[in-house]
Amino acid sequence: MVVKTLTGNYAVAYAVKLARVNVVSAYPITPQTTIVEKLSEMIEKGELNARMIRVESEHSALAAVYGAASAGARAFTATSSHGLLYMHEVVWWAAGSRIPLVMAVVTRAIGPPWNIHVDHQDILDQRDSGWIIAVAQENQEVLDLTLQAFKISEDPRVYLPMMVGLDGFILSHTTAPVDIPDQELVDSWLPPRRQPYIIAPESEVVMGNIAPDEDHFMMRYSMAASMEAAKKVIEEVDREYGEIFGRSYGGLVECYKCEDAEYFVVIMGSWAGDAKKAVDTLREQNVPVGVVRIRFVRPWPREKLLEILSGAKGVLVFDRAVSMGSTGILFSEVAQTLYPLNISLKGLVAGLAGVDVGPSRIEAEILKFIKQTEEGAIYTPTEWILPEKYAGRYPSSPKEVIAK
Amino acid sequence: MLVEIRFHGRGGQGAVTAANLLANAAVREGKYAQAFPYFGAERRGAPVVAFARISDEPIQTHSRIEHPDIVVVLDPKLFELANVTEGLKENGIVIANAREKPDVGETFKVYCVDATSIAQSIGLVVSGWPVVNTVMLGAFARATGLVKLESIIEAVREQFPGKIGDLNANAIMKAAESVREC
Amino acid sequence: MNVNSKPVLEEPKTVFFAPISHPSPGSVGKTGTWRTHKPVVDLDKCTGCLICWLYCPEDTIIRLENDKVSIDYEYCKGCGICAHQCPFDAIQMVPEG
Repeated sequence: MVVKTLTGNYAVAYAVKLARVNVVSAYPITPQTTIVEKLSEMIEKGELNARMIRVESEHSALAAVYGAASAGARAFTATSSHGLLYMHEVVWWAAGSRIPLVMAVVTRAIGPPWNIHVDHQDILDQRDSGWIIAVAQENQEVLDLTLQAFKISEDPRVYLPMMVGLDGFILSHTTAPVDIPDQELVDSWLPPRRQPYIIAPESEVVMGNIAPDEDHFMMRYSMAASMEAAKKVIEEVDREYGEIFGRSYGGLVECYKCEDAEYFVVIMGSWAGDAKKAVDTLREQNVPVGVVRIRFVRPWPREKLLEILSGAKGVLVFDRAVSMGSTGILFSEVAQTLYPLNISLKGLVAGLAGVDVGPSRIEAEILKFIKQTEEGAIYTPTEWILPEKYAGRYPSSPKEVIAK
Repeated sequence: MLVEIRFHGRGGQGAVTAANLLANAAVREGKYAQAFPYFGAERRGAPVVAFARISDEPIQTHSRIEHPDIVVVLDPKLFELANVTEGLKENGIVIANAREKPDVGETFKVYCVDATSIAQSIGLVVSGWPVVNTVMLGAFARATGLVKLESIIEAVREQFPGKIGDLNANAIMKAAESVREC
Repeated sequence: MNVNSKPVLEEPKTVFFAPISHPSPGSVGKTGTWRTHKPVVDLDKCTGCLICWLYCPEDTIIRLENDKVSIDYEYCKGCGICAHQCPFDAIQMVPEG
């Protein structure tokens, strides 16, 4: 065990090295690039016995690792924003093929206009594809989650690829202390790669055929079933990881000061730390509020959220991504989860393109929401926290723009 | 009244075109109609199916036709290769490109027309294949009375103007004259 | 040493439909029934050049001991590529039945 000061991106690279991947392929894109830079350095120095496949695009990068993984290699790629969108077709191929695979997604806004800062639009755009999707809050969690991703993805109950999200710059380029586990311990915990089939010259397996409609249908059905099974595997792996390495995160969701809370903030990614800070301040003033941090978007932790939130007075959802013409993406997930319950519910879209939302703003929003709820349960699907520069000049709900 | 029709052919024989032309003919008469292939990777020579619906009312359904009222079989060999009467309604109609009555049991009303010979006799041959799809529509119109012969010919002429349209119209008339219950 | 480099095949433990198939002859049935014209080889003209064998998209040209050829009519779809390619005019397409 060594504690190093690492950027989030280097934390990913160390985890990939510890997992002893055989093949890495990626195409550079800010803010992902330093992950594979570090990995190629490790390979060049002989610290990691893997093959780096250089490609001309992200579509090819994922295709290369998907092919390598189909052939039996533990494989890894990383990307961000437009690179992930460019991969999108292969994202579906990898999931539908049921090939275990791990990809780091350094979350970043999507253009135009070009913007390299964090929001969750890129990773959430992949949510229907059949990948397991998780997002970390801190650099240490980035390393732990990346390692866990190999075990989850390669579990025979799951056999689905997994994305590990880390917020662009806020984690990817921020250094923080990271505890790097011993290789021997990782080796004893992470079994050799398992997969449902291997495509190799000697294996009589064909991939890419047209299948009868009914079989295609059942492939989707079996992916859905594996997503359900993954919920248990994720909890299991996180618990076991905690026993061996001393760190676990609550599995599908992390609950912060939830026990006696009446109000909850639902949030995902690095700004969950800011929400926790806001809750700390409010707790000092005896405001009964807690943070539910979504760690896994897919599979969606429906049962766990119901368990945590069913007695709540109000739930306030912070979204760093929006489905145009609808609401924040996490909001719609939370709303459908809480559907039968009579809980005050509000969705806030904020922090797009890296626009900063700190603890004090979150604090103010929580207090406002509590006040509104005390006057009578509300249902407000979308309000936008506008950047300071524009606040007051535009209504917080896009709907009101039309009303005027 | 909704009538559902299934065409059996081989890839390249024009079963899909026949279904489309039939729908076009019905629409010309103020009816509602729909035509669709069995969507898939079609291959020349392989048994294929196409479908049509004709109705007095707007047609809402887009599901497959499981129990057709009428089947039209474009190739005599298909009676051996495919189950052409599968799901056909009890007193359904079979319109066959055949010289003699095909073996489809006794429960259906069967009409025969030697479409292959008609097409060959007037030179309606493309790439070595006698074009039987339009010929079969002539037989269909006469046997079922569901659409007028003129509507079929108009629909065919719209799609194949000029000399090819003339040839087809000629073949359609001949088929209407020679189709008989068998 | 890369201790984890050997992949293990392990049966999925959740209901599983894989998008893979295993090659088998005639997976869509006896495609010989699709034929409207069949290739007929004139063994007197056949020189054993095997051009037809190379071009056949369905692997239905049977290579005889002397490298002359015959046709697997169970699966030949009658596409005519062999007849088109034969430099010695040794394959004719004959209408079926």
